[in-house]
Amino acid sequence: MSTTLLPHKFGPYGGQFVPETLMPALIELESEFVSARNDPTFNQEFDKLMASFVGRPTPLTYAKRLSEKLGGAQIYLKREDLAHTGAHKINNALGQALLVKRMGKTRIVAETGAGQHGVASATAAALLGLECVVYMGSVDIARQEPNVFRMKLLGAEVRPVESGTKTLKDAINEAIRDWVTNVRDTHYLLGSALGPHPYPTIVREFQSVIGREAREQMLMDAGRLPDTVIACVGGGSNAIGVFSGFVNDEAVELIGVEAGGSGIASGKHAARFGDATKARVGVIHGTRTYVLQDEDGQIAETHSVSAGLDYAAVGPEHAMLRDNERAFYTSATDEEALNAFQTLCHTEGIIPALESSHAIAEVIKKAPTMRKDQVILVNLSGRGDKDLNTVIKEMGNG
Amino acid sequence: MNRLESAFANKPIFMPYFPLGYPDLETSVDVIEALAKNGADLIEVGLSFSDPLADGPVIQQATQVALEKGITVKKSLEAVKELRKRGVTIPLILMGYYNPMLAYGLEKFIRDAKEAGTDGFIIPDLPLEEAEEFQSINGDMPLIQMLAPTSPDERMEAIARNAKGFIYLVSVTGVTGERREVSNDLGDLIARVRSHTSAPVCVGFGIGTPEQAKQVGQLADGVIVGSACVKMIGSSQKPVETAKQFAAEFRSALSGLRK
Repeated sequence: MSTTLLPHKFGPYGGQFVPETLMPALIELESEFVSARNDPTFNQEFDKLMASFVGRPTPLTYAKRLSEKLGGAQIYLKREDLAHTGAHKINNALGQALLVKRMGKTRIVAETGAGQHGVASATAAALLGLECVVYMGSVDIARQEPNVFRMKLLGAEVRPVESGTKTLKDAINEAIRDWVTNVRDTHYLLGSALGPHPYPTIVREFQSVIGREAREQMLMDAGRLPDTVIACVGGGSNAIGVFSGFVNDEAVELIGVEAGGSGIASGKHAARFGDATKARVGVIHGTRTYVLQDEDGQIAETHSVSAGLDYAAVGPEHAMLRDNERAFYTSATDEEALNAFQTLCHTEGIIPALESSHAIAEVIKKAPTMRKDQVILVNLSGRGDKDLNTVIKEMGNG
Repeated sequence: MNRLESAFANKPIFMPYFPLGYPDLETSVDVIEALAKNGADLIEVGLSFSDPLADGPVIQQATQVALEKGITVKKSLEAVKELRKRGVTIPLILMGYYNPMLAYGLEKFIRDAKEAGTDGFIIPDLPLEEAEEFQSINGDMPLIQMLAPTSPDERMEAIARNAKGFIYLVSVTGVTGERREVSNDLGDLIARVRSHTSAPVCVGFGIGTPEQAKQVGQLADGVIVGSACVKMIGSSQKPVETAKQFAAEFRSALSGLRK
């Protein structure tokens, strides 16, 4: 009876590993999404909001001083940090919120790690008149305080999650528990390219605006496609969004950067592709993908200085891109990310999110190995204002 | 007739849930033995998982304790074997999430579970759409299918058509845990399920007291009691004594309904 309208797997990954209570909601969501994407009115409304509310297209910035400092490839930044609410998350949040209106539901629940998706969901809910509850691990609440306040200002209720590791994974568990209880009037506004089908596809489609714009802008500004596209990967929504614009350009190298935490060898990280001893293919939160786990199949604790990358599994499409070698995945440690954070502040006058700083850290390693006539595009997925408390703590007061 | 079919000879049946390893492995085996020998007709033996997304706070907390005390899939299967050694003859159904089974190795898991004396599986995060991989290895051991109040008729029909063992009907939308009242629509819901299958229909989620069990037992072929059982026994100073009493009370509430 597996007759989904859209492909529900990415090679062997993906699928719909959820309790029966939720299956009808996933089927409805898929069908609504398909009909919306074929409906010019829906697309016009989405595009209009992207332009008039989010401020799209976001700019492409040539990072002149950073390029000079590194002495290799020319570096371009796709400025998702300049999207309304300060990160790419708003693209997907607004897209799904419009679907919620179409489905006639009145309430959304969302999970958040760094708080960016929570803020984006709260914003979309305020704009469209929906009730919004955001689940957030109490550990993350402590390290992302400004975003917690933002969500409350926007009228959302923030519910602290005290179970498990008290981070993103547990917030997702609680959001799913709420959804399974209130599924008749509630939509789960999942913020990353993970979870059960059709979420990874829906999130990619709403985030693909990043890749479409960036490709056009590269051709316009640099007169060519980049040699390399770099993005950080937690669940993987900003990465899949920018990759989608270049995945058919075979010459363009795609690199995803996971959270290396205190280093792979320390075991304290969130590098699903980087640690063969702890990462195996498994099932978590409704999807089959690479999962950090112990030998008994219990989901492992992860660590990253950036809450948004601190998650034990990776979106299923990334798992496929990795297996078929269309994309490559590496990691940056907390320390490398913090250094990259400072470097971008000093050279470009841009305060990046700690998540995005992982992508910058890879640029710092990669650019000097490339020729000056080569080009790197990096997706600067969010801005760093939310991270100032963490950075002050990590770097001391100096 | 196998153990599972025999269990349904007298309906409605009483079906408690208890996780292995809680409050520790030895006690959990004693508790399950006590439940089995004092009125339970079938037991859902819980396997613990770090991220039990279909469970409410009581079962989350209990399985978390079990994990902290070192429960594993392997130890759980050995415990089932031990229960059989102790003369537990009622059906034992393993209830657990998919990932630990994958990590153990599906073929090995299914083979070891059968050898240990398991009568079937309940996997809440394995809907019909994803069951093929498991079933191709499993063969004829029942993989109990769940139905929910949100399941439309065509899904009910597709799921019920090939149902083996019994249907696990989730009585309310939500996670496991006690509810104050039995849903008014339960009769209609059960009737909808029965129109698609002749398999026994057992109702779970939200049943906490012998009175509620009796209400549900008037409509269903089996009554599943999870969180209330875990809470009552878990908070007791004498878990095994409490388990005996718990099973006896629910059994006696349902006995009057038996034909």
